[in-house]
Amino acid sequence: MPKVTINGREYEVPAGITVFQACELAGIEIPHFCYHPRLNIAGNCRMCLVEVEKSPKPVASCAMPVMDGMVIRTDTPMVHKARRGVLEFLLINHPLDCPICDQGGECDLQDLTLFYGPDHSRYRENKRAVADKYLGPLISTHMTRCIHCTRCIRFLTEVAGVPELGGINRGEHMEITNYIERALTSELQGNIIDLCPVGALNSKPYEYRARTWELRKTESVDVMDAVGSAIRVDSRGNEVMRILPRLHEEVNEEWISDRTRFAYDGLKYRRLDVPMVRRAGRLEEADWREAFRAIRDRLAGVPGERVAFIIGDLACLESMVLVRELAARLECPHVDSRQLGERLSGRVRVEHLFNPTIAGIERADLCLLVGTNPRWEAPLVNARLRKAWRLSGLEVARLGCPFDLTYPVDHLGDSPTILEAIADGSHPFARRLEKAERPLLILGTGAVARPDGAAILHLAWRIAERYGLVRDDWTGYGFLHHAAARPGALELGLVPAEGGRDVAAILEGAERGEIEVVFLLGADEIDATRLDGAFLVYLGTHGDRAAPHADVILPGAAYTEKNATWVNTEGRPQRGRLAVFPPGEAREDWKILRALSEALGRTVPLDNLGQVRARMAEINPALSLVDAISPAAWEPFGSPGPVQDEPFVSPIRDFYLTNPITRASRTMQRCSREILHGEPAAEEAEVA
Amino acid sequence: MSPRFPRRKPVGAMAPDVDHFSFTPENMAKAQEIIARYPEGRQASAVLPLLHLAQAQHGGWLPKAALDHVADLLGMPRIQVYEVGTFYDMFNLEPVGRIQVRVCTTTPCWLCGSDEVLRACRDVLGVEPGESTPDGRFFVREFECLGACANAPVMWIDDDYYEDLDYERAKRVLEAIARGDKPRPGPQSGRRGSMPAGGKTTLLFAEEGE
Amino acid sequence: MLQDRDRIFTNLYGEQPWQLEAARRRGDWDGTRELILKGREWIVQQIKDSGLRGRGGAGFPTSLKWSFMPKTSDGGPVYLVVNADESEPGTCKDREILRHEPHKLLEGVVLAGAAMGCTHCYIYVRGEFVREAQVLEAAVQEAYEAGLIGRNACGSGYDIEVVVHRGAGAYICGEETGLLESLEGKKGQPRLKPPFPAQVGLYGRPTTVNNVETIAVVPTILRRGADWFAGLGRPNNTGTKIFCISGHVNQPCTVEEEMGIPLRELIEKHAGGVRGGWDNLLAVIPGGSSVPLIPKSVCDTVRMDFDALREAGSGLGTAGVIVMDRSTDIVKAIARLSRFYMHESCGQCTPCREGTGWLWRMMERLVRGEAEIEEIDQLWDVTKQIEGHTICALGDAAAWPVQGLIRHFRDELERRIRERKRRQAA
Repeated sequence: MPKVTINGREYEVPAGITVFQACELAGIEIPHFCYHPRLNIAGNCRMCLVEVEKSPKPVASCAMPVMDGMVIRTDTPMVHKARRGVLEFLLINHPLDCPICDQGGECDLQDLTLFYGPDHSRYRENKRAVADKYLGPLISTHMTRCIHCTRCIRFLTEVAGVPELGGINRGEHMEITNYIERALTSELQGNIIDLCPVGALNSKPYEYRARTWELRKTESVDVMDAVGSAIRVDSRGNEVMRILPRLHEEVNEEWISDRTRFAYDGLKYRRLDVPMVRRAGRLEEADWREAFRAIRDRLAGVPGERVAFIIGDLACLESMVLVRELAARLECPHVDSRQLGERLSGRVRVEHLFNPTIAGIERADLCLLVGTNPRWEAPLVNARLRKAWRLSGLEVARLGCPFDLTYPVDHLGDSPTILEAIADGSHPFARRLEKAERPLLILGTGAVARPDGAAILHLAWRIAERYGLVRDDWTGYGFLHHAAARPGALELGLVPAEGGRDVAAILEGAERGEIEVVFLLGADEIDATRLDGAFLVYLGTHGDRAAPHADVILPGAAYTEKNATWVNTEGRPQRGRLAVFPPGEAREDWKILRALSEALGRTVPLDNLGQVRARMAEINPALSLVDAISPAAWEPFGSPGPVQDEPFVSPIRDFYLTNPITRASRTMQRCSREILHGEPAAEEAEVA
Repeated sequence: MSPRFPRRKPVGAMAPDVDHFSFTPENMAKAQEIIARYPEGRQASAVLPLLHLAQAQHGGWLPKAALDHVADLLGMPRIQVYEVGTFYDMFNLEPVGRIQVRVCTTTPCWLCGSDEVLRACRDVLGVEPGESTPDGRFFVREFECLGACANAPVMWIDDDYYEDLDYERAKRVLEAIARGDKPRPGPQSGRRGSMPAGGKTTLLFAEEGE
Repeated sequence: MLQDRDRIFTNLYGEQPWQLEAARRRGDWDGTRELILKGREWIVQQIKDSGLRGRGGAGFPTSLKWSFMPKTSDGGPVYLVVNADESEPGTCKDREILRHEPHKLLEGVVLAGAAMGCTHCYIYVRGEFVREAQVLEAAVQEAYEAGLIGRNACGSGYDIEVVVHRGAGAYICGEETGLLESLEGKKGQPRLKPPFPAQVGLYGRPTTVNNVETIAVVPTILRRGADWFAGLGRPNNTGTKIFCISGHVNQPCTVEEEMGIPLRELIEKHAGGVRGGWDNLLAVIPGGSSVPLIPKSVCDTVRMDFDALREAGSGLGTAGVIVMDRSTDIVKAIARLSRFYMHESCGQCTPCREGTGWLWRMMERLVRGEAEIEEIDQLWDVTKQIEGHTICALGDAAAWPVQGLIRHFRDELERRIRERKRRQAA
């Protein structure tokens, strides 16, 4: 390890790191704008200049590798002068509009100027003005403020893999733009707002709506997909004002998808905020007591086998524990969480978890995607796949779901029969699997939400066995969920008990009159019209697809409105925290179910969150450790059988509209129209 | 429909789009020959020559459709071609006059009278630097050092340099071109290349030897 | 004064055809095969012994640059890139080589390429040189047809492919890594160093970028011997050099002279003297626009080589000599250079992008005297904030002319400010 001297003290640092990183390790802060540890080095802002002995000029520390014996100084007059000079240059053409700038209070330029900058301006010339750019419904621009650090360009090019931003012209006329005045198309574009060190790129939905110091910041977890991205919910009063990513190296690094970031306005619209009961064919407002009584009355004398529960895509573990307990007390075997009919058994953990872990993707050298479009189903997993391709040469092949994943993919075909051929070794891809050091097989919902799903799962197991996908230090099989609730539901075993009906059979039973009462826990991805024959209780947050068909509506809490647990696709339990209170009469779901059980005379004896979580851990000990993955034992799964020639299809047809919250979000609706369906920009509400 | 010729080239503006651009069959063949000069997978290297080709085909300027065509042909992200198209001074992203008159006004030419050359442009063509003539024939602009300083001042018209200019000489050249003549490029003083005007001071043995 | 027999570029003025046949009569491509067969170590040693320093402006020892290239092949391509993006104001020497002596360049390419094990050569010609590029391309064609370049170049067993590449108008592409970026199909924005091109150059492969003149003198050095070249000029400043003399002289010209020739002799012998006589001289920019000007007092005695001009507070640069007589508005002359650097800044790094515009705007005010006396110090300070803080040397190049002006013509700047104030008061 090279030895370097920084400000007179000697340090041993890892070889190959930069001077900047060495200073960081030594606890010395180097001011910077363009440098970002997850992006390629640009070295253009010149803010990180330091003095290195024997170099006549100050050196850009972000780009200079350390060498043994290097003597670095960060506190000399030369360094201070260089920093002051760079800040002065950045400021001469930067507008003094901090009081109205969204970045105010969290602006790198503001902060660094305070510490290192000049205290007055010597610039007597006119400042430059730069025309703002149209980048779509998510990002607003104030290009006069841009300091040309190119982080946004590098993010979209490198991390997102959608190179749409660039710097046109040159010299002082250089401008960041996509040149075409149309919406950016990346599903990760919102991250460039965070990356922008100044107020040039802002969140369009959030713009001018709050100041950062007014916001209450709540650390939480995202439910827009099954990645479980770490988020921070910023609220003012009882309103979510914005959602930002938190750092979680093993999950989302520091990025989030645009669905995660921008769907929050859906929390305001179409909300169920009061219990409702259908009277004479019409849903009318009621109080909790009336709602519970209506359910009790209808359930009276109905045996458990004529009752069913379907769990939706956003449900938290706590509410699912209550569902499990209540169903048991009702002696109801028909509980299912697999809204799309996934043939996952819920009995073999390794079958339904993303065993290699998201961070583990970076260790793989060959990946086969089956029945999934990770870019839409789990954008941050796709970003990892891209990262592994970019940095360590991961090769990716796939079956089904043709889509631009932003990296090269070898499309083997669309039919499950190819998977059969791979399993029996007759397909050429088998040779690649044999040669790969750490091969990875990823199944998605589209691979199993079909009648031959169990057979496909079995093929996956056979492939894993045959090609050594599972070894002591490597589990090269993973299931990639697209819905936040699903892995947790399966971990709780929320699948039909012996003799119980799955979702399809429940719907069928309701049509035939064999099922009389159906409880939906935010289940909106099923065809609710098929439940019209049954008495429908909808516990959820939005008047989305199912609620209009309900006989009783119990208003629940959205993910930002409760302290609750979700398990991500890796099997990682994570806690979300209450940022704002549920609207109106709405309550936390588990409490509603607890109260309902009492009203039904089948009291579930779990009286507080602690008891609910203790029960959760009893059901599955893996759920007791927050933010830790309990690896699943490798066991056989699936069941042998014929596969059909039907092509694999991704469960997501519109990235922006996947659940009740996103469908209520005007931002997401606009994204869908403009980005996916190419409708012209609707800027009517904005002042040009 | 005749294109409109803006008086001034806006800075940072998006290239106007035309319905369609693609290389003519002859130029496509040329483009393929150019692309083949660069290694496999490095076709992007051909972007400057291809943009030159496209600009020549399109009458001296590049609409966005041409940038897109070149980007698609080379398998480059379009934004990268927009960057390149706006970075290099020789590309015009706005409609300009077909005959491009570029007057070097950097210090060596300025010392030798480039202001007079600009005056000649004004007098003969009736436009200011940065403007095209209303008939769309000429585009006049200042250009940075053309690298012919020993023959200053210099004017670069289409592919040729006209050197050793003064007001009268520049006027004669421009008038000739306006008439449709092809004046002899190079030093308008009559000297050879960058040899001293009064006769060469070196390489005299060559003459003695002959 | 250099003897004609010691001049390398005998067709500098294009009196003879540039074509292969005439070039051969001038001695080009004579025994090239034997020179190649002497091996790469021999060639590099000869160039080292000759003392050749790069002719593109920086004056870096050529053999040292070549020695950074990998000594053994890994089987992949190795590139020689010839920088023919001649754009430094005051400089017009490479143009003469391209259009009148293209075969000297191509022979140099083969020899330099052999010395470094290069498999390919790209010659990057500035886009404005349309005719020059056409001549060069035709010369390349001739050389291919004669078997001088390409596979088994000159029958030596050495292979080198040569491609002429045209730029499109960007001074910054004369910076070697900006040139490589441009050649790769990107904006010509200079790269961070390290890594240097010898390790990671064109397409990520080992690459050497040399100026046209540097490469074009190599064949003659190898034929006539390192001692001959080293015997011209003085140690560390050896050989011959093409000088370009422009501005206020009676007979502007390019001329090949001995390194170290006194500036006054250069101007008076070849350029017909300063307009109005030597005493009418105000100042000279001796090495292209990027070096600081020197006032007449320095011009009286200074010699034209790297070390002498550095000692005089300037530099040899590209040896583009811009002469300004007493009629010159010296502030305007330098302000025009500031505009040049602002226009040519690539916009990548902060001090250059923002600073060059600031310099130009202040200079424009100083032309008219619209400033305070203290702003001269501020101007100096701004140049110091740019200098040494940028990714490439364009920042320095923008700073130095202004510094030269302040150093030698501060009185003139102050006079204008005071005069304007007086006029305003009146």
